[in-house]
Amino acid sequence: MTVIKWNVRAGAYYDSVVLMQLQRGLLGLPGVADAGVVMATPANRDLLAANNLLPEAVTANPDDLLIVVKAESDASAEAAIGQVDELLARRKSSSVSQDFRPRSLSGAVKQLPEANWVLISVPGRYAAGVAREALELGKHVFLYSDNVSLEDEIALKKFAREKGLLVMGPDCGTAIINGIGLGFANRVRRGNIGVVGASGTGTQAVTAHIHELGGGISHAIGTGGRDLKSEVGAITAHQALDVLARDDQTKVIALISKPPSPNVATQLISAAQGTGKPVVIYFIGYPAPARKIGNLRFAISLSEAAELAVKIGDLRLETTKKSPISSLYLRGLFSGGTLAFEAMVGLQASLSPIYSNGPITPNQNLKDPLKSEAHSIIDLGDEFFMVGRLHPMIDNDLRIRRMKQEAADPEVGMILFDVVLGEGSHIDPAGELVPVIKEIREQRLVTSDLEFVAIVIGTSDDPQNLQSQVSVLEDAGVKVFRSTTEAMEYVSLRFSSKKKYEFTPVNLEQLKQSLAAINVGLESFYDSLTSQGAQAVHVEWKPPASGNEKMATLLAKMRK
Amino acid sequence: MDIDTANQTATERLMSARPILKGIATARDVIPGMKDNLYLHAGPPIEWARMSGPLRGAIIGAMLFEGAAASEAEATSMVERGEVEFDSCHHHGTVGPMAGVTSASMKVYVVENAEHGNKSFSNLNEGYGKVLRYGAFSDDVLKKLRWMNDVLGTALADALAASNGIDMRALIAEALHMGDEGHNRNKAGSLLYLKLLAPLIAKTMRDSAAMSEVLQFIGDNALSVLNPVMAACKAMTDAAHGVDGSTIVTTMARNGTDFGIRVSGLGEKQWFTAPAEIPVGLFFSGFSQADANPDIGDSAITETAGIGGFAMATAPAIVTFVGGTPKDAINATLEMYEITAGESKFFTMPSLDFRGTPTGIDIRKVVELGITPRINTGIAHKNAGIGQVGAGLIRAPLSIFEQALLAYAEKYGL
Repeated sequence: MTVIKWNVRAGAYYDSVVLMQLQRGLLGLPGVADAGVVMATPANRDLLAANNLLPEAVTANPDDLLIVVKAESDASAEAAIGQVDELLARRKSSSVSQDFRPRSLSGAVKQLPEANWVLISVPGRYAAGVAREALELGKHVFLYSDNVSLEDEIALKKFAREKGLLVMGPDCGTAIINGIGLGFANRVRRGNIGVVGASGTGTQAVTAHIHELGGGISHAIGTGGRDLKSEVGAITAHQALDVLARDDQTKVIALISKPPSPNVATQLISAAQGTGKPVVIYFIGYPAPARKIGNLRFAISLSEAAELAVKIGDLRLETTKKSPISSLYLRGLFSGGTLAFEAMVGLQASLSPIYSNGPITPNQNLKDPLKSEAHSIIDLGDEFFMVGRLHPMIDNDLRIRRMKQEAADPEVGMILFDVVLGEGSHIDPAGELVPVIKEIREQRLVTSDLEFVAIVIGTSDDPQNLQSQVSVLEDAGVKVFRSTTEAMEYVSLRFSSKKKYEFTPVNLEQLKQSLAAINVGLESFYDSLTSQGAQAVHVEWKPPASGNEKMATLLAKMRK
Repeated sequence: MDIDTANQTATERLMSARPILKGIATARDVIPGMKDNLYLHAGPPIEWARMSGPLRGAIIGAMLFEGAAASEAEATSMVERGEVEFDSCHHHGTVGPMAGVTSASMKVYVVENAEHGNKSFSNLNEGYGKVLRYGAFSDDVLKKLRWMNDVLGTALADALAASNGIDMRALIAEALHMGDEGHNRNKAGSLLYLKLLAPLIAKTMRDSAAMSEVLQFIGDNALSVLNPVMAACKAMTDAAHGVDGSTIVTTMARNGTDFGIRVSGLGEKQWFTAPAEIPVGLFFSGFSQADANPDIGDSAITETAGIGGFAMATAPAIVTFVGGTPKDAINATLEMYEITAGESKFFTMPSLDFRGTPTGIDIRKVVELGITPRINTGIAHKNAGIGQVGAGLIRAPLSIFEQALLAYAEKYGL
């Protein structure tokens, strides 16, 4: 026969480590069968209920400390609850006369004015408020807390961007700034690889592997998992790329994320191209457009991302003399459906918006296959075009007419097409296409250059003779590739915008200073900072007005 | 309206006030609104029925001193017939330690704020043992009071009249560098006070036996300077009162029953009160926590002005009050920075690299952080006339800051 007793303490906030120690202390008392000590959040209540430690009569709010004891008798249960204060105090007795622990962020700033970073791990519903205060005080934020609303995240990041500050998070597990790990981070050597990570464990895996391979990390900047969603627009990732691009210590950048929104991916890739440094990109679960595009390398796993980053440390960047044609559009006119689809995969990340009659995602669907829009990849062998007509691999007529149609559009800068040789195909496709290309060139009214790029599939034994087909095309000024992959890299580079995103730059010098930080929330993060030799102040944080909603609301009004 | 700006104004006024001890005068001649049947007391206003033992004893003693009543019984029945009026010292620019009872014939210190022109007043300190401020009214208590009024009061009055006044801000600043925090410890300040007075007294007093008595009395009492210090703090905090929109506390005071505060941006006589708690502290031998009266006295005006418990870091000698080590004393002061709007420009602490003391309690910060002001205090016996039984620490009750916040919201339409 056991009894359950409980005690609710309104507005008494303790971090969970303390509560667990208290729980362990209670379990060691005579007659106690089980004990639970938690902040009474819904999740914690569920946990207690699962352990048969939540009698129905218990009423407690999320800000309340809930102590539940299951014991052999009323007396043992009462006695155990009576010990709570002593057990809490016992923890402190060893730390009498410790350094003063401020309760407010502003108090902490006075104590450690050189702190440029604030680590926040308070319960989610308070986290945005603390983060905003940190930004107002001019500090970068490492926001470990989760359950921060998307609206709050967007507002915080926009505010931070205006002030040239970083908000790493919410739900950011990992960062390494100037050799000091924030949150969960591995001890890795300093080096020349900068990491931008929208995934905490992803960043850990990559940085640890880089270390194992003999490389090192300059800075690893976390962004939080939602940064690469279109609503947030990768604000932090863009800032991080920009600051790492300016950092002399950083020679290579690795960009790690779970699948980003397509438009965000495009913008990030163009920002990565704009860094002028080798960038290894791994968008987990997002098809790599190519193995490499100019300064970009696309990895297919976390460990490969690390390997590539270490390997290309001293890569000399290829430079093209031609000025890019980023303001114009690409039109791809394919006879082979699979080649068209592979071109879409390769280009969707770097060309935006892009449409096709063989789209990868529904929003890429070209409304009218007869009319191209923006960047378009057309599969002319699609059955839509095949009614009463021979396949374009046999009959070039449709493609010739479409080529002229596209060339008449002054916004078109490049026409891409495939030439598939072999048995059954037209006997001289190059011979039919080249005169048209020449005619287009002569007749084009607009001054802008129009490039032609061809992917030729075939062998030297084919009836059309591969070599002669290629030279006829090349003589006509067509850039010829033997695979889609090579062609895609060329096309991506030609259209690369290296767009500069305008925002207040993050102060690089602050990243280079010895890290000094203020920790609000989990005490273990403070311990970890100090054990790494960083200067830190821990804020003895409690919910505003000890959780008194009315007072907290009033105070919020008075702050405006 | 910008609250931060209003608070800066209030705190700046508090800090820049320059209290000068100008002289000694009879209460009825100088205290605004003073009259023969009016008895001022410490803390927020309170009616006789709710007064604690020490306060009642002090009022009876003052009535005997005034000659208004011939006995305790007569005094009590006069009070009960409503022939006597009471009011808070604070409504009359006055402060007094413990019971703080001040009546018309008593000699009082006159302090003038040279910066803003306001005046403040405080009675003379009686020293230790059985004294009126702890509710004692026996014949020897009254005899000492008469000597203080006639001999000590006159000597001080003549001495101060022969001076240009004593700059209390400078005196406090110096004492803080000598181990005083200005509330529980006034040893250094009292000696500085004696040093300043001695030549003046020697110049003005003819009777050398009386002079010796006066100098001995001032020198023996390590609290001699407490009353002028309190009057100085009152002159400073009054200067900070009435700044529109400010949430800075301008009074903290206890009457032995209630703890009360006033706020700069709220009314002149608008008090927020809660039951005074019993201080926790160290007791003189023979006494224990069970003998302690609930918190009493206007001396929390020192904390309101940024010294006392707020300047604990500079008073290592009395760290046993806060836990035992100098670091605990420093932590006590660091904690008070969390709830204050500014740092004193004049009162600095060597142990904190001459940082200014935490000044200007902001009710918003108190409520937000749940940190209440620390007050160093003497502890009175709960029965009238026994006197001081110990000294210790008290914290202002949180609920009065919450009340003040609600009243502020109402007044300013939040």
